[in-house]
Amino acid sequence: MGTACCPIAADGVLDRFPEKRAELEAYLASLETGDSPGSNRSYLIQSLHKAQHLYGFLPESVQLHVANRLKLHLAEVYGVISFYSFFTDQPVGRYRICVCTGTACFVKGAGKLMEEFKHHLAIEEGETTGNGMYSLGGLRCVGACSLAPVVVVNDKVYAHVTPTMVPDILSACR
Amino acid sequence: MIRTSEDLKRETERTRQARRTGAATQVLVSMGTCGIAAGTQPVLDAIRTTLKERGLEEKVDVVQTGCMGICHSEPCIEVIDRVNGRDFIYGQVTPQQVPALLDVGAEPSKGLQSVPRTWHYPDDGEPSNGRPQARIVLRNSGRIDPERLDDYLEKDGYQALANVLTSMKPDAVTDVVTKSGLRGRGGGGFPTGKKWAFAANVSAPEKFVVCNADEGDPGAFMDRAILESDPHSVLEGMAIAGFAIGSHRGVIYIRAEYPLAVKRLFAAIDQAKRAGLLGKNLFGSGFDFDIEIKYGAGAFVCGEETALIHSVEGYRGEPTIKPPFPAVAGLWKRPTIVNNVETLANVPTIIRRGAAWFRGFGTPNSPGTKVFALAGKVNKVGLAEVPMGMTLRQIIFGIGEGIKNGRNFKAVQTGGPSGGCIREDELDTPIDYDTLRNLGSMMGSGGMIVMDEDDCMVNIAKFFLEFTLDESCGKCTPCRIGNKRLFEMLSKICDGKGSSETLQRLESLSLTIKDTSLCGLGQTSPNPVLATMRKFADEYREHVHDRHCRSGVCTALVRYVINERCVGCMLCARNCPVNCIAGERKKSHVIDEVKCIRCGVCFEKCKFHAIDRA
Repeated sequence: MGTACCPIAADGVLDRFPEKRAELEAYLASLETGDSPGSNRSYLIQSLHKAQHLYGFLPESVQLHVANRLKLHLAEVYGVISFYSFFTDQPVGRYRICVCTGTACFVKGAGKLMEEFKHHLAIEEGETTGNGMYSLGGLRCVGACSLAPVVVVNDKVYAHVTPTMVPDILSACR
Repeated sequence: MIRTSEDLKRETERTRQARRTGAATQVLVSMGTCGIAAGTQPVLDAIRTTLKERGLEEKVDVVQTGCMGICHSEPCIEVIDRVNGRDFIYGQVTPQQVPALLDVGAEPSKGLQSVPRTWHYPDDGEPSNGRPQARIVLRNSGRIDPERLDDYLEKDGYQALANVLTSMKPDAVTDVVTKSGLRGRGGGGFPTGKKWAFAANVSAPEKFVVCNADEGDPGAFMDRAILESDPHSVLEGMAIAGFAIGSHRGVIYIRAEYPLAVKRLFAAIDQAKRAGLLGKNLFGSGFDFDIEIKYGAGAFVCGEETALIHSVEGYRGEPTIKPPFPAVAGLWKRPTIVNNVETLANVPTIIRRGAAWFRGFGTPNSPGTKVFALAGKVNKVGLAEVPMGMTLRQIIFGIGEGIKNGRNFKAVQTGGPSGGCIREDELDTPIDYDTLRNLGSMMGSGGMIVMDEDDCMVNIAKFFLEFTLDESCGKCTPCRIGNKRLFEMLSKICDGKGSSETLQRLESLSLTIKDTSLCGLGQTSPNPVLATMRKFADEYREHVHDRHCRSGVCTALVRYVINERCVGCMLCARNCPVNCIAGERKKSHVIDEVKCIRCGVCFEKCKFHAIDRA
């Protein structure tokens, strides 16, 4: 073991950004991994967080790279990615618009906000606009229930959002 | 480095001395997630600039605290004037108000909104004086800088740990926790001391203390507040638990949706390690304890302890059958205790003040306090830490100051997607773990979502089902398929296609799922359905038999009709997104019911109450 056991996946995202790859590489090297998949596995979720933070999503080439470094099978890595809602193997827009789907936001009208965003962006929940600018999705409760309903765009939290604020939120992204 | 309890005493005294001789005025700025999102940062910048302009940088201590719990008034600033022994809390502060706010000694005026303090600090020996909240877990929240270890030390930080390590036997520690009657604050309410005793009695080469910070219940945010505001209290609680059960390794499993809490935890662990409060040979006792952080990645089921353990190990977070219980074979098959953030944050105070003191709060079966996250249609949204046994009415109508916009209260959901709703006539029940269960709900992690007459209870049940449907891990059939079927039946009812038979099947399937699911998620997922069916049976009947939704939420069951009050102002017609309202100026309008999408915009816009929702 130690060398890649499968051919590098065809999407090529891993190598398209050498500086990102170098940072991921450095992170994986900093982990106290060994030859035993059992103990390496506990580093998997944090490694995927790092990778998704760098690349924005987890394409197959990145999954495979992480799998090889941790001496795990690609299937195990994919199994984890598909289980946790935080991870995605689909590219996302430059601005990830997330409407909180928590209970407090729901009773304060998050559903109407989602409709408004869909209408303005002409996409459905879980989709990305054709120009790669915006993705739209739900988000698990961010614990800012006192500000409900909230919308999170990348790391910025918008509080007490009303449907009339939607165009402003979108234009603030540019 | 703190190597002995004498070192700690000296350090604590040093921090107190620094406070006594330091700035006479303290300005506390609420920098939790809510505060920052509400705009505290520009206010903080304005405070710094103003102090600089006035040459007061040395005389005023600006403290970035965590959550003050008064989320309804964020951004919040507290000004403490120690010379005159006064303090004021201001809410909804804008950067423009900062100069007025810093006129220390001035009474709250000049357009500043002063927030009354509804809490007291029993640990400081403060009497309640009619203030309903007793802050024990939140004793440091909003009062100290969570990123400064000195602030925690000044508030008796790590004294419980020093005490435990230098003068107590592990059994005695567990004994104090058992006698205090502390129960798991994450939802189940299992006696914490009992859990510790199980793990302590198993001999193994390695044991683990896991802190469950995967606060997945939508609508609960007390754990986030504790971690952001007072992270050291959780670390100290974990180390004490480690000593009690004979573990040297702690793991905090935290959800990725809480980046600020993660950042502050990392900082706190680093400080504690450098100060010698975590690591090897703590307080010269020979006891080692280290803590590492593991991330969740968005899976509600990982709040269940076996699922959480699998997630820490790097697997899909699927639960497994108990026994074996984690106390016997948990993380990497070693004895493990999994405790919630709020539970652990209670521990240092219990050790310092003793079990009897703790039992002075709450009810005999549920001693202590509970932090509730009050949200939804209530006026004063925020955190409320109250002694167990207080009534829901006192919390919602007292601390929460009633329902927003003068609407009528309908129900309050406790326990999140695993809990149930509580009706108006049940609000006077003193709440603890057992009474809530008797009401068909549960304590859960302490989320309280208040609903008013505009909320449809069938739709609320459907909302929770949609959540569990999404979060079901898929391992066992009743939960994976059963919840899907429940959701479909509820959708049918909301769409006006339900029948009496649908209602019967809804109930019987709910009971089957409860009885046959593998883990807590599935066993409790039908609770919102059963609770609403029992307590709001007439709403279900109306949906099914009369094809009517009294709150006007279920759009398929709503019709909008223009009545004789219409003056022909055309406001509705201009705002209608599908242009289905016809009529000339100053003449009564008509809605085309075929084209109408029942969005309700006309109903909201009309100034003459000329549109009926039927």
